[in-house]
Amino acid sequence: MAVRPLRTLDKAPAPTSPGAGAPRPGASPSPHPPGPLRRALRSVTPGPAPDAGGAALYRKWWLPWLWMAPAVVGVTVFGVWPFLNTLILSFTDAKPLGGAAGFVGLDNYTRMFGDSDFWLATRNSLLYAVIVVPLMVLLPLMLAVLVEKNLPGIGFFRSAFYTPVLASSVVVGLSWQWLLSDQGLVNTWLQKGHLIKEAIPFLSDSWLILLSAMGLTIWKGLGWYMIFYLAALGNVPKELHEAAAVDGAGSIRRFWHITMPGVRTSMMLVGTLTGIGSLRIFTEIYMLGGSTGGPGGADRTLPFYIRDVGLDPLTGNAGYGAAVSVALFALTLGLTLLAQRLTKEDEA
Amino acid sequence: MTTTAVVKRRRLMPRWRDYGRPRELIVRYLLLLFVLGITVGPLLWQLLSSLKGAGEDVFGAGASLFPQDPSLRAYRQVFDQVPVWTYIRNSFFVAVISITSQLVFSTMAGYMLSKPAWKGRKLVWVLLMASMMFPFESIMVSLFLSIRDLGLVDNLVGVWLPGFVAAINVLIMRAAFLAVPREIEDAAMLDGAGEWKRFRYLYLPSAYGAILVVTINTFISAWDDFLWPLIVLRSEEHFTLTLGLARLSSSSFGYDQRMVMAGSVISVIPVLILFVITQRWFYRGVSSGAVKL
Repeated sequence: MAVRPLRTLDKAPAPTSPGAGAPRPGASPSPHPPGPLRRALRSVTPGPAPDAGGAALYRKWWLPWLWMAPAVVGVTVFGVWPFLNTLILSFTDAKPLGGAAGFVGLDNYTRMFGDSDFWLATRNSLLYAVIVVPLMVLLPLMLAVLVEKNLPGIGFFRSAFYTPVLASSVVVGLSWQWLLSDQGLVNTWLQKGHLIKEAIPFLSDSWLILLSAMGLTIWKGLGWYMIFYLAALGNVPKELHEAAAVDGAGSIRRFWHITMPGVRTSMMLVGTLTGIGSLRIFTEIYMLGGSTGGPGGADRTLPFYIRDVGLDPLTGNAGYGAAVSVALFALTLGLTLLAQRLTKEDEA
Repeated sequence: MTTTAVVKRRRLMPRWRDYGRPRELIVRYLLLLFVLGITVGPLLWQLLSSLKGAGEDVFGAGASLFPQDPSLRAYRQVFDQVPVWTYIRNSFFVAVISITSQLVFSTMAGYMLSKPAWKGRKLVWVLLMASMMFPFESIMVSLFLSIRDLGLVDNLVGVWLPGFVAAINVLIMRAAFLAVPREIEDAAMLDGAGEWKRFRYLYLPSAYGAILVVTINTFISAWDDFLWPLIVLRSEEHFTLTLGLARLSSSSFGYDQRMVMAGSVISVIPVLILFVITQRWFYRGVSSGAVKL
């Protein structure tokens, strides 16, 4: 093995340039700085190696496949195939616990379009996206601007703001459950301050549950996207801010006219990510609205509904669940394409 | 001698007024404290309540913010009355095998994917990209049926299996391996290092940052996952920590709230420790393109 490379190296293509020495004028600059190692290599190799050269020349054709096999099997069996299978399942009446599945044609889809609970779940999911996305694009950016400056103790604040990201959705859900309950801290304080007489039914009114869950999602994501924006803020030229400040622009105007245009791309990306994320909400509703998903299931989101109709061991219909899954995927895809289009228009 | 020392200290330690006008500074710190209250407050309150003694109110008008009679009773209770150790063991089991499989397979795949032209590379690329297009929630019905057919319902292996390798981690590793100069690999090859040796002694050590990011991401997502374990697991002896906590909190069990809070605190501790040790890499993980809300 140690000898073979050298032998094959002799067969490498003839040098097109006079080998080592000063780079030719007009030659594209090498990505790597010339160093002793490079020079040593030049003295062995008779010229610039072709793209597929180097180690690639001595690799058996099946070797890469051997190395890739587990990953390829993994993403195929548990990533790509499940989606194709979902499409197939949506035309059957498969049961979650097994048994024969029969072909039912478009029945699941007809049922879905006439199912008011499905539309309610779709509405909840879309509403989630419509409300959460703008807040999730703006609030973490403001937070990032707040912690951007290297003040004493700023590292502590950054870490502290990140802690809700670390706790699982269940833990933060529990925390909010107790904060918002009738006897919870929020209601107690509001009552002590004589702002309200009766406790606000955060956890029993279906609208308030949905809004509380959105609040929870935003609260938990703040730190994550703050860090995300911090990296982008580093690329906004300091000179612009200084110049604007000299011209008398206040911090709000600078945020609007310099910071926001400077991180536009990141904002678009955060918008896309949080939009897709909004369609995936499950745990927040489960923790605040209970395992029914709010009173009478009024707060169920699409994933919640898929689990209810598709995976319930007794009454579930995996075929119908698959049809709703296809709808969820279509929404996700639509949102992604919309975001892509907006990004393109923005760049143009 | 003393004067130079003073001058030096002045230069090293910036004074407050170097950070900006006092009024602006005060506003900034007030805002920071305000956000601190909002972000950490609820979690801190959870911690404080878990430390309250038996006679104290956790809720209602009579409840104080700080425990008047601090005790660890709730922690003793939660370990006595609830199989917390079983939950912890299960969560760790899933986390550890997930990290192992993700690391082994994503580094191997990322390595080959970082290599130029071999037959079928494009196909693999398409598969990886495609697998990232489908949100987990839209394929979970099908995944559950697969797990059922494999006989892994109510089994921790079934919780781990669908996520044993993720395309995003392969891409993270590939990006890290691409940063290794080709010349070094060629040199190693001339010295007689075979594929495995180059991978093990050249590429892996130079990608330790990406390896940490993958480890952290995998640990957090395994530790905090809720929906999939909820679908797969049935019996309490197999519950992960998140499932156990959610079950504990549902009022029908009538456990003391302090105990549930104690359980929450316990579940956050491992992640918090990891965060304190490897904070920088947590932040790096954010920008590595993981999708999270």
